[in-house]
Amino acid sequence: MAITTVPPTSRTAGRPPSPYPARPQRTSLGRKVRDNLTGHAFLIGAVLCFVVFSWYPMVRGIVMSFQRTRRGETTWVGWDNYSRILADPSFWPAWQNTLYFTVLALVVGYAVPFFVAILLNEFRHAKGYLRILVYLPVMLPPASALYLFKFYAYDPSDAGLFNAILKALHLPTSQWMQSPDMTMPAMVIASTWMNMGGAVLIYLASLQSIPGELYEAAELDGAGIWRRIRHVTIPQTRLILALLAMIQIVATMQLFIEPLILANGAGAEDSATTVAYLIYQHGFFQNDLNGAAAVGVIMLVVLAGFSAVYLRLSAKQD
Amino acid sequence: MAQESGTRTLISQAQLSRGRGRIIYWTLLVVVVTGFTLVFLGPLYWMVTGALKSGQEIAQTPPTLFPKDPQPQNYIDAWNNLELAKLLFNTFYYAIGAVLFQLVFDAAAAYSLSKLRPIFGNVILALMLGTLMIPAMVLIVPQYVTVIDLPIAHINLLDSPFAIWLPLVANAFNIFLLKRFFDSIPEELMAAALVDGATPLRTLWSIILPMSRPILGVVAILAMTAVWKDFLWPKLVMPSPQTRTVSVGIYSFAGGTPMNVVIAASVIAAIPTVIVFLIFQRNIMSGLTTGSLKG
Repeated sequence: MAITTVPPTSRTAGRPPSPYPARPQRTSLGRKVRDNLTGHAFLIGAVLCFVVFSWYPMVRGIVMSFQRTRRGETTWVGWDNYSRILADPSFWPAWQNTLYFTVLALVVGYAVPFFVAILLNEFRHAKGYLRILVYLPVMLPPASALYLFKFYAYDPSDAGLFNAILKALHLPTSQWMQSPDMTMPAMVIASTWMNMGGAVLIYLASLQSIPGELYEAAELDGAGIWRRIRHVTIPQTRLILALLAMIQIVATMQLFIEPLILANGAGAEDSATTVAYLIYQHGFFQNDLNGAAAVGVIMLVVLAGFSAVYLRLSAKQD
Repeated sequence: MAQESGTRTLISQAQLSRGRGRIIYWTLLVVVVTGFTLVFLGPLYWMVTGALKSGQEIAQTPPTLFPKDPQPQNYIDAWNNLELAKLLFNTFYYAIGAVLFQLVFDAAAAYSLSKLRPIFGNVILALMLGTLMIPAMVLIVPQYVTVIDLPIAHINLLDSPFAIWLPLVANAFNIFLLKRFFDSIPEELMAAALVDGATPLRTLWSIILPMSRPILGVVAILAMTAVWKDFLWPKLVMPSPQTRTVSVGIYSFAGGTPMNVVIAASVIAAIPTVIVFLIFQRNIMSGLTTGSLKG
């Protein structure tokens, strides 16, 4: 390894030795420049990757959405891509499905992990085991887990796992992915099973940071379990709750592999098309990369709207 | 995990260890342990044994709990027909490369932002963290266009492992995790190294990195599992059958392959990540929570 060691004397080279050694040395301009260059040399690899694969594509996506490339020729087309996308019959169903999924996922995928975490935090036994169980599905490749759901759990005949359980409980069975009404709930179940582990762990960590005295004080004041959850647990974990809600919305907006594998893309009567799937379909099936970029920009604008509302709300609470 | 005795939670220790509270506690514990085992391990059991069933047995009502006539042939077919050895090797190769690239570039960047603090460092950090707000799906099209024709260099990275490795370096979460860890290393150590005449590189290599093994481990594990789980990006940038990852490979074969063989392949594809998780679960869980909690 080529390490060029700078001799400590070089700092004062070219300057007459100071008669007052106690005085703090002023750093020279040259040294400052050199230090900065060293700092940037360490940054350069990561910064280049950000420039090429993150910052530049960000700008390029917006530019592309106002251009059209045909036979290698790129022209500016104004809002044409947007009007073409808006006219796509799958556009509104895709947004409806995505928002429906987001709402369902917020109700199920957001509340369930919180209560699971509260429960796990109360246990004095088997904690490690339960934690590993909850997180295990997160580690499976999503494609593997989704084939499991598709072939075994959501089999519309009575041979499927879910229908067998429903039948054993004397409940009506379902057509699952074959029925447009069940498509989204079925995807929420699969996606919650696959992903809730991360949220549970984050909640658990934040629950452990709540000072025990708060619970003690609430108990002395005669607050029962529900009131303690409402007045101690939830306010104390408010920041994490709000943060995860935002992360969850961003994540559910990108719902892609679930419709692709569970519903072969669009599903029965467009019941599974999502905005992310629309991007994929336009960009990589219909060879309409510009249209796909336009959908991406629309998604970005919608998320920015969500973030603005979120920031307003969280600012109001403080 | 060790019992956190002494820390008071929602319900007091005293209430749980006496009379009615004790009965409820133990009943609930048994119910939850059984329930969680069924919900989270049950499907995995179903997957592993289901792949051992014959085509007729899988279509049988009600489904059988144990395979009557186990068919290990399904696993062998999956291994041979889908060329799983090659797919697994590809994925492993991409994962190792991603770990190395991320460790080298992200650790260097985090070190610079944390300890060397060059001019505009904060602006760069803010721009990096800003990318956390942008969903990957928004960038997928322009990223793809960039990868098939890199700006200035005009290189096509399709089917090249760099198309997976380099975009993963642009990971603000890693840089954030590493920087926070480096921030906690006392400044005096840096000053001492400077007095001893160590260059910044030497300080990073001999002082910072040896102290940061836990966080480097977390970043490495996260990088590895991210590559193993990723689907759309490898599907787009690794289009030829020779370079596919295991998830994409299974997806491309799923249409014309018997269901049981697809499931058998899915089981095999999941084994590496599950093993990594069981070995490193402590590091993975701590890495996840340190990143999010105190920030």
